[in-house]
Amino acid sequence: MSDNFDRFKKCAVDVLSVDEAQVVPDATFESLDADSLDLVELVMALEEEFDVNVEEEELEGVNTIQAAFDLVTSKL
Amino acid sequence: MSDRVVLVTGGNRGIGHAIATRLAAAGHQVAITSRSGKADDADGLLVVKADVTDPDSVDAAVSEVEAKLGNVEVLVSNAGITKDGLILRMSDDEFTAVVDANLTGSFRVAKRVSKGMMRGRWGRMIFISSISGLGGQPGQANYSASKAGLIGMARTFAKEFSSRGITANVVCPGPIVTDMLMELSDEQRAAFERAVPIGRLGQPDEIAAAVEFLASESAGYITGTVLPIDGGLSMG
Repeated sequence: MSDNFDRFKKCAVDVLSVDEAQVVPDATFESLDADSLDLVELVMALEEEFDVNVEEEELEGVNTIQAAFDLVTSKL
Repeated sequence: MSDRVVLVTGGNRGIGHAIATRLAAAGHQVAITSRSGKADDADGLLVVKADVTDPDSVDAAVSEVEAKLGNVEVLVSNAGITKDGLILRMSDDEFTAVVDANLTGSFRVAKRVSKGMMRGRWGRMIFISSISGLGGQPGQANYSASKAGLIGMARTFAKEFSSRGITANVVCPGPIVTDMLMELSDEQRAAFERAVPIGRLGQPDEIAAAVEFLASESAGYITGTVLPIDGGLSMG
């Protein structure tokens, strides 16, 4: 679990250009200044990192780090 | 002007070659694609093999450019084909083949390079359309449709990527002296010359000059625009 979150965090730091400390479960993408394009970019990076496939419509309502993490790890 | 990594698809001849040559002379690092992977007169240009109808080929070509020159910062999407024929004699295959090469092919390349542009927070996409896409042209239902399609597509790239410092513009050449134009009959060419207010055919470098500007820092406030370069042919 924590190992996966570290991998997730690394992707988020790379793609969103934020500090590691900002990538906490409660953080919203809005609070990280991430727009819809950032979210798509992040998901693409996560798909590569975790070797999963996320459909466009699954991103609806994914507003927080926790939600994105859950979405990706539910596919492992 | 700072030098940029430029990719010109179909840069082995005609308008694409003139654009590649001009941008290289301006100090940019320029790669061109051709279907054969070869090009004459390619001094100072990186020539990569690409078939824009094949996504894997596009990916491999862009990866090669990235490895050798860096992320593509300026895309000149120029590769195109014609399969002319009057509508009543045009097969579905002739129609879709041209749309696949000219429009979908352009989408494949632009989508592939957009990732690097997003990361770099800077990019210039210049799509080479045609006045046939604005006004239609007998015998070119397929080509005209593909070139008109580029306009809506480019404007969508312009809107989706505007927050990332990426602009997308369309240039519509009129009758330019290229091999493609020479495939027209003498009669068709003469008709063009008569119809052009400026009274002559255009030169490939006259397209390249505008592309050089659209690729520059100075053009940063221009996006989603459609620029005919046609001696006045499509006015009004």
